[in-house]
Amino acid sequence: MIRVQAEPFDPGAELAAFTARLPDAGAIASFAGLVRSASDGKDVSALELEHYPALTEKVVAAIGQDARARFGLADILIVHRHGAMAPGEPIVFVAAAAAHRRAAFDAVDYAMDRLKTEAPFWKREHGPDGARWVEARDADVEDRARWG
Amino acid sequence: VATILFFGRLQDEVGASRLTAALPDGVRDAEGLRSWLGREHPALLDPAVRMAVNATFCAAGAPIAESDEIAFLSPMSGG
Repeated sequence: MIRVQAEPFDPGAELAAFTARLPDAGAIASFAGLVRSASDGKDVSALELEHYPALTEKVVAAIGQDARARFGLADILIVHRHGAMAPGEPIVFVAAAAAHRRAAFDAVDYAMDRLKTEAPFWKREHGPDGARWVEARDADVEDRARWG
Repeated sequence: VATILFFGRLQDEVGASRLTAALPDGVRDAEGLRSWLGREHPALLDPAVRMAVNATFCAAGAPIAESDEIAFLSPMSGG
């Protein structure tokens, strides 16, 4: 299941609800990404995340389906925000349920690497020097390449 | 007229997030549109800029028509 939404969400509540739905999973791993308060040594006062709804939902859903098939998951949840958010707020949450831990850990790692490099979101950080666009770093591209 | 969308830093480089344009006769595919708009906005010629037609990623040779929504996508980053 995937959700792309402007509303804030609570990663703890998401994990609890996901776990409650999957009593037979055996293993659940999750990751929450938060807005940083500083980036490249500069304060960040707000983050703006633009998206292209029709394309973004399609790509995020495909990443979820690929992770599910590749790691034989019982289920996967991806929640991704768009719009304006403040430092410390959750941007993204991924939870994967599998029979054993390795598949669950790997699926979350894989989904995040693909979201970082392929999901149609565009980030603009606001700070003391104004606004600047932030694109995937070389390290993100290298992380993505690990999965072939 | 075709609707053309710009995402990410392209909005600053083009100076708009959306414009509508009547396609000239010679512009029939995605690459043709990129070359045509690229004369005025060279940022669109960057190979890292991907394109989508009607919210589906497209290849250079994808046909485009006046009724289409065509997007120029600067490098993406979620998470």
